[in-house]
Amino acid sequence: MIQFDNATKRYNEGYEALSQVSFHINPGEMVFLTGHSGAGKSTLLKLVACIEKPTRGQVIVNGVNIGRLWKRSIPYLRRKIGIIFQNHQLLNDRTVFDNVALPMIIQGVSHKEVGRRVRAALDKVGLLSKEKLYPITLSGGEQQRVGIARAIVNKPPIILADEPTGNLDPDLSKEIMELFQIFNQVGVSILIASHDIDLITKMNHRILTLEAGKLIRDGK
Amino acid sequence: MAEVHSKKKNNQITHTSIKGKTISYFIRHIQVFLFTLGTICRSPFASLMTTAVIGIALALPAGLHLILKNFEAVTANWDGAAQISLFLKKDISEEKVQKLTTDIAAMDEIENVSYISADMAMEEFKKHSGFGSSLDALDNNPLPDVLVIKPAIHSSSPEKIQRLMAKFRKNGMVDIAQLDMEWIKRLYSIMDVVRDGIWIAAALLAVAVLLVVGNTIRLDIQNKKEEILINKLIGATDVFIRRPFLYTGFWYGIIGGAIAFTLITVSIFILSDSINNLSGLYGSSFTISGLGISGLFILLITGLGLGLSGSWIAVGRHLKQIEPS
Ligand SMILES: Nc1ncnc2c1ncn2[C@@H]1O[C@H](COP(=O)(O)OP(=O)(O)OP(=O)(O)O)[C@@H](O)[C@H]1O
Ligand SMILES: [Mg+2]
Repeated sequence: MIQFDNATKRYNEGYEALSQVSFHINPGEMVFLTGHSGAGKSTLLKLVACIEKPTRGQVIVNGVNIGRLWKRSIPYLRRKIGIIFQNHQLLNDRTVFDNVALPMIIQGVSHKEVGRRVRAALDKVGLLSKEKLYPITLSGGEQQRVGIARAIVNKPPIILADEPTGNLDPDLSKEIMELFQIFNQVGVSILIASHDIDLITKMNHRILTLEAGKLIRDGK
Repeated sequence: MAEVHSKKKNNQITHTSIKGKTISYFIRHIQVFLFTLGTICRSPFASLMTTAVIGIALALPAGLHLILKNFEAVTANWDGAAQISLFLKKDISEEKVQKLTTDIAAMDEIENVSYISADMAMEEFKKHSGFGSSLDALDNNPLPDVLVIKPAIHSSSPEKIQRLMAKFRKNGMVDIAQLDMEWIKRLYSIMDVVRDGIWIAAALLAVAVLLVVGNTIRLDIQNKKEEILINKLIGATDVFIRRPFLYTGFWYGIIGGAIAFTLITVSIFILSDSINNLSGLYGSSFTISGLGISGLFILLITGLGLGLSGSWIAVGRHLKQIEPS
């Protein structure tokens, strides 16, 4: 599902944010990505989502070689990936419903279908009653869950999450992680970057550890 | 399992009929079409700033053109006003003058001839000059007999007139043949200059409209930067992201065209009274003509084209610079 072969990413400034990283995530796998600040976690996720391209080596996502991907094809790859950000990235001038509907609107899904699937997604994250509210009126945890609902509404085969519990309290963090676990149980491949070591070790999934751009550990 | 599930869904999508796709494609366009209009209406003041500038920029050359057109209509009536005055030599008998008058009047190129005898001219002069009876002191009338000739419409082109003039000058009874047309010629060449000037102004103002729309859309893009980024991250194509901005430019143009039409129509309405007064004074039945449906159509199409092009330029330049990082 996600395959890195000696992938190296060097930003313009010169040094390598990722060097020679190799790993393989199978369909339906749930994997955590950890490491100190600046280790290259976000960079790795950006390579998967084709926000950045590898300087050297190969990154293959859902059978597509990111390095060779045409610019015009990038949107279609991204539709296969649900992305969740630490800072929510919600549109504050749109309701919760409209935010979650966005991925389907851009694909031209029919109106009826949109309503049905948005509610299903909101139901899964427990926010069905808040569909008419605006994101600013929600708590941090709720906003994060809106972001998750938006990421899963299209039922993508891959979910990427960058520090999804970054500024949430431990209980909420655990709740969010368990939510991901539920999606994983229906076969979605999930890659979550987090430096909450305690939490992710308890979850008992595969953990990739980065240090200064190098993959130094791969296991439970 | 979810992957299998989603593959199945994809197959369904590829099997959807072309007809269904076309319909949903049009529905999406109509949605954006109405959505962008709604956005413009929801911030009427900000939109008015842009659309009014477009309206004024379109109204200027269109209004000037209209003035020129009306002016041409007026002067077209004056075309026949080119008249020829034949000052006859002294001491020609009354009969000869009469014969000349009827001969000229019989010519195909001539509409009518009026004969003003030296005596009549003197009477007129006495009446209007204010010298009155003091002119009686003159021994003899110094004024010549004059034939005032009005050429027929079909012979009023400059070349034909010149040919007529040459003919008259050869006539032994004619002292001076004078053409009252120089000023019309001058007027026409001034109108040619004005016409070219309007085209130049129109071209410059078209560029101004492009810049105004382009700049408005550029600001619009900057304000929506976050939204554009999110849309790109969740897999929106460039076409999708571009569409609302292009439609916004389209609306700005159309509304600007409508404003231009309104400005001109209102101006004509304001002017019509005084113009009617003026033409009444000159005994003319001239009434100012407006833009009409075709004028409205041209203004709307021009506005639309410029609005769309302006937004196209802005979108092409600025949307590429917004990429997630
Ligand atoms: N767009 C960029 N241009 C240049 N350098 C960058 C860019 N993005 C990241 N970097 C650098 O690459 C390195 C890795 O950054 P990255 O964001 O991947 O770290 P991270 O592991 O996500 O850290 P954090 O836990 O703080 O989010 C950092 O040293 C960072 O300064
Ligand atoms: Mg990071």
